Amino acid sequence: MSIMEYCGAAIVAMVGKDCVAIASDKRLGQQQLTVDMEFQKVFPITERTYIGLSGLATDVKTLHDRLRMRVNLYKHREERVIEPKTFTHLLSHMLYERRFGSYFISPVVAGLDKNNRPYICALDTIGCIDSSSDFVVCGTAATNLYGACESLWEPDLGPEELFETISQTLLSSIDRDAMSGWGAVVHIITPSGVITRDLKSRMD
Amino acid sequence: MSPILESAAGFKFDNVKRNQLLSEKGNAAPRATKTGTTIVGLIFKDGIILGADTRATSGPIVADKNCEKIHYLAPNMYCCGAGTAADTEFTTSMASSQLALHSLNTGREARVATAMTMLKQYLFRYQGHIGAYLVLGGYDVTGPHLYTIHAHGSTDKLPFVTMGSGSLAAMSVFESRWRAGLSREEGIELVKDAIEAGIFNDLGSGSNVDVCVITRNNVEYLRNYVMPNERVEKEQSYKFAPGTTEFIVPKPPATLSGEEEGTAMDVSA
Repeated sequence: MSIMEYCGAAIVAMVGKDCVAIASDKRLGQQQLTVDMEFQKVFPITERTYIGLSGLATDVKTLHDRLRMRVNLYKHREERVIEPKTFTHLLSHMLYERRFGSYFISPVVAGLDKNNRPYICALDTIGCIDSSSDFVVCGTAATNLYGACESLWEPDLGPEELFETISQTLLSSIDRDAMSGWGAVVHIITPSGVITRDLKSRMD
Repeated sequence: MSPILESAAGFKFDNVKRNQLLSEKGNAAPRATKTGTTIVGLIFKDGIILGADTRATSGPIVADKNCEKIHYLAPNMYCCGAGTAADTEFTTSMASSQLALHSLNTGREARVATAMTMLKQYLFRYQGHIGAYLVLGGYDVTGPHLYTIHAHGSTDKLPFVTMGSGSLAAMSVFESRWRAGLSREEGIELVKDAIEAGIFNDLGSGSNVDVCVITRNNVEYLRNYVMPNERVEKEQSYKFAPGTTEFIVPKPPATLSGEEEGTAMDVSA
């Protein structure tokens, strides 16, 4: 079994009309054994940029700590808040630096830039950026999410419509992935603020 | 060097031992994004034409339906990348910044042979572990040049080249139709057909055709020159009615000051 499937995760980000959404499940497992049902996988980086980290839980923690430090250093040096695209390149270089001994993480970034334009992208474990104008996914349920997104996503969804679409996409996908689930959380990032909601889901 | 700033150049190897241990315990290493790829290049009457498909794969999954595989190197040079996607991206961007410094130092436009030598020496140093397979094309003071560079550091200089998993399909088109002195229109058409041969006959390649025409003092980057695989529009909408998903609004995290809800203690005398 791949080390990327050790803990289990389902993370998806979607573009809407002047908004983006990022959602994840909450399970932390050791293969078939569930250890935690409130494990945080999506983190705020700035007020309008969020990151989802899927993969080995130890690296989720390590990478999040290191990113927090680098983003704080950026803020102090530049005296401005990091843009989602700039942040993605920072992350990409941190991952590629360990090309020959990588973090077991494949991240998803979602945010609004300074002109309120949506930005989402996914990266592989060694920092290759896959930017997209519709949706990105990662985790053990990635294949399920791809299928659901391809049929359920449509352009120019408003924040509330986007919430329903991303929630149903995530819930359907984790129902058919044994490694992820046990609760879910959705963040909708809009120019006026972030809406965070916990979803009711199957607990098996 | 301060351990906090982590500004040491080059690769870091601090996870290698842990990762080796994990793989010895039977945990397979993760799959990197590959370009799969059909990339081509040819010499025509006035210069070079490069071409690429736009599919990136992760195993059997299409990871990106419209990625860019023709990378900028210098104002007179572009480079197509096949193989491990992160490696082609970072190798070409590193070469690009070195070339910019080189032409600033020399006060001249960098030559294609210089770029080719830099790339092959870098890749040879890593003995093929950096999985970048490149088609390099450019026009410099000595004329048009077209090279292929393999991940182990070998290079070829030819009038028409193909690389990637779709290279056989593309080469069959070139072998039957390439000739010296092609016009611009003929050249673009041939490159388009070669890439389309890869898109339709190789599973690792797909989606659209990118073309880049490099001539003396001019570059034309034709992103998505043809799009033969556009998704047909959905005839109906799958929008959910508002209120479909049951949710709760989580309690906001505790504030830093540690304020808590509750009845204040009675401190009246």
